[in-house]
Amino acid sequence: MPRPTVRYARDVAVVAFAQSDHLRRTDELSEVEMVMPVLHQVLAQTGLKAGEIGFTCSGSSDYLAGRAFSFTMTLDGVGAWPPISESHVEMDGAWALYEAWVKIQTGEADTALVYSYGKSSPGSVRDVLTRQLDPYYLAPLWPDSVALAALQAQALIDAGETDEPALAAIGARSRAAAEANPHAQLSGSVPQGDYQVRPLRTGDCPPIGDGAAAVILAAGDTARRLCARPAWITGIDHRIEAHALGLRDLTDSPSTRIAAERAGVFEAPLDTAELHAPFSSQEVVLRKVLGLGDGVAVNPSGGALAANPVMAAGLIRIGEAAARIHRGESDRAVAHATSGPCLQQNLVAVLEGDPA
Amino acid sequence: MSKTAKEPVAIVGIGQTKHVAARHDVSIAGLVREAAARALADAELTWADIDAVVIGKAPDFFEGVMMPELYLADALGAVGKPMLRVHTAGSVGGSTALVASNLVAARVHRTVLTLAFEKQSESNAMWGLSLPVPFQQPLLAGAGGFFAPHVRAYMRRTGAPDTVGSLVAYKDRRNALKNPYAHLHEHDITLEKVQASPMLWDPIRYSETCPSSDGACAMILTDRAGAARSPKPPAWVHGGAMRSEPTLFAGKDFVSPQAGKDCAADVYRQAGITDPRREIDAVEMYVPFSWYEPMWLENLGFAAEGEGWKLTEAGVTELDGDLPVNPSGGVLSTNPIGASGMIRFAEAALQVRGQAGEHQVPGARRALGHAYGGGAQFFAMWLVGAEPPAA
Repeated sequence: MPRPTVRYARDVAVVAFAQSDHLRRTDELSEVEMVMPVLHQVLAQTGLKAGEIGFTCSGSSDYLAGRAFSFTMTLDGVGAWPPISESHVEMDGAWALYEAWVKIQTGEADTALVYSYGKSSPGSVRDVLTRQLDPYYLAPLWPDSVALAALQAQALIDAGETDEPALAAIGARSRAAAEANPHAQLSGSVPQGDYQVRPLRTGDCPPIGDGAAAVILAAGDTARRLCARPAWITGIDHRIEAHALGLRDLTDSPSTRIAAERAGVFEAPLDTAELHAPFSSQEVVLRKVLGLGDGVAVNPSGGALAANPVMAAGLIRIGEAAARIHRGESDRAVAHATSGPCLQQNLVAVLEGDPA
Repeated sequence: MSKTAKEPVAIVGIGQTKHVAARHDVSIAGLVREAAARALADAELTWADIDAVVIGKAPDFFEGVMMPELYLADALGAVGKPMLRVHTAGSVGGSTALVASNLVAARVHRTVLTLAFEKQSESNAMWGLSLPVPFQQPLLAGAGGFFAPHVRAYMRRTGAPDTVGSLVAYKDRRNALKNPYAHLHEHDITLEKVQASPMLWDPIRYSETCPSSDGACAMILTDRAGAARSPKPPAWVHGGAMRSEPTLFAGKDFVSPQAGKDCAADVYRQAGITDPRREIDAVEMYVPFSWYEPMWLENLGFAAEGEGWKLTEAGVTELDGDLPVNPSGGVLSTNPIGASGMIRFAEAALQVRGQAGEHQVPGARRALGHAYGGGAQFFAMWLVGAEPPAA
């Protein structure tokens, strides 16, 4: 096992990870009530208090919450008193982690608390996500997220890159893997189900649910003090592509490829990949672009097909990959997060454990 | 620790749109591209010189587009590049600039485009902020209803005469006449007209209130090598910080929030400022309602507690005073909400570059950009200088 090769000014690691149980509905919980236990758990893992954290950053979406400035309330769950150094991205929490990682790289903080959350249950998430499309030409047509993913899946089938049985196998494998994940929303032998939008069946699509996640980052010796086996972020990068689907080859993901190259994915073998692929067909694209062979455990947590709390699912991929390193089950893992229709925006992180 | 010493950050390009009530002639993409193209032209750079894009705006409900950065990737030349979207309520324009600045300071990227915008005419900000949520306090008829009681508390606490607010509004609206990008150009403004305008949320009058604007602001931030190639004098970041505190709790001081004091103290420490009143030459302060000028003068350490209104009353904060506040006309004259904080940061940079035109403060060497948001709970500030920061 080669030593981790850190290319940045400071060595930064994920030292703790916590997530909620992901559920179809959480009518009895406000977002603050959903986030607070996760924050307490992740802090308890390190023994740190909120006031001892150098920087805090969160990711969420007002459109899911159904109100403007929704994150102002969840900040109350952090207990931001005395005042804290804090920021927020209107993105998946994986990008909040990126902002926090940059902050630690400046030397202005040694530790960071990153959290994200989303409740999809109060509305129709398929309809809500149409509002993130081009507002003049595309959104008025209300093409929903499943229909757009189905276009991508059909393009892959037409290109001979997969077929419906292969897609079904991805769904089955993910949900079987999720049997070992107590937080997963769907696990075990789940029937592939009816077509949602051809060629995608229920089993090719993510469950709709509510959930939250949190991660603690720390630099250098602080990370070693807080965690027996830190998951060092040896590379992290993210890239975006054009929005219009007609401008993209849906069977490819150049943004993932650039991010992976910049993060150093291809410089050494991997043993684990946590991919944010809400649709089975998207795993096909990501496996190809990341060059993942059969020796790599892909989504041992069950991935987004087992639990997809929108705005937290990407951060969970980083957390799950890090947790495997913490437990000694992985030495070099890739974690991936996505945003936008048909893998428009992608983040890739390489996590490595110290050699045993 | 030289390995972790931050890279100095320079502002080499600034662009704004002419802010107006409604830009019916452009899409959201057209609006942001206009500001970004002006910033690139100012820096004499092209889209290919940009390594990453950091974009900010206030709630997505204001335009009715969820996560608009996805759709705006093409318009901002971000395809194939990293793009981050910041949202920290009203302070977002400042926070966005600070996130971009950190990318350069951390040497993750060398040249970054940062931009903030609001196209309020696409929707209705009043209703965008008034979606009913069960078991939570409503915002009490827009932001003015939320902030008016805190202005009253300030007046009661300090004994400030009730004429101070109108002085601020009269000053800022006159300053705006010197700024070609400002939204409100009230050529016939008089102090009497401000004082005779309708009372909206006592003690805040109509003319002491910010407008609703469409607009965007962009900046190009770069490292020391990038600054050396800059055709115009750069502004340099000497300090930047964000601080947040909870919305509502028993110990909160809405008149002078602790997060604002702590944020300013952090920025001054980074910049080596020990006497802000003497050492800072111009301030672009987030003043959406006139009375926030005297309140923030105290919160930011320019005046002792209870004394801020005396500086305003004595004309210290006028364009020709010895601590000009909002020479651009400020938020009171221009308020594309998500961009307002970045405009404060950008106008501070224009001052120290000597590029502020008719509203230039002569010889400005150090200027503060300030933004706040939420229930006076999120703060973002930077201090920029004409000289590079001491190593």
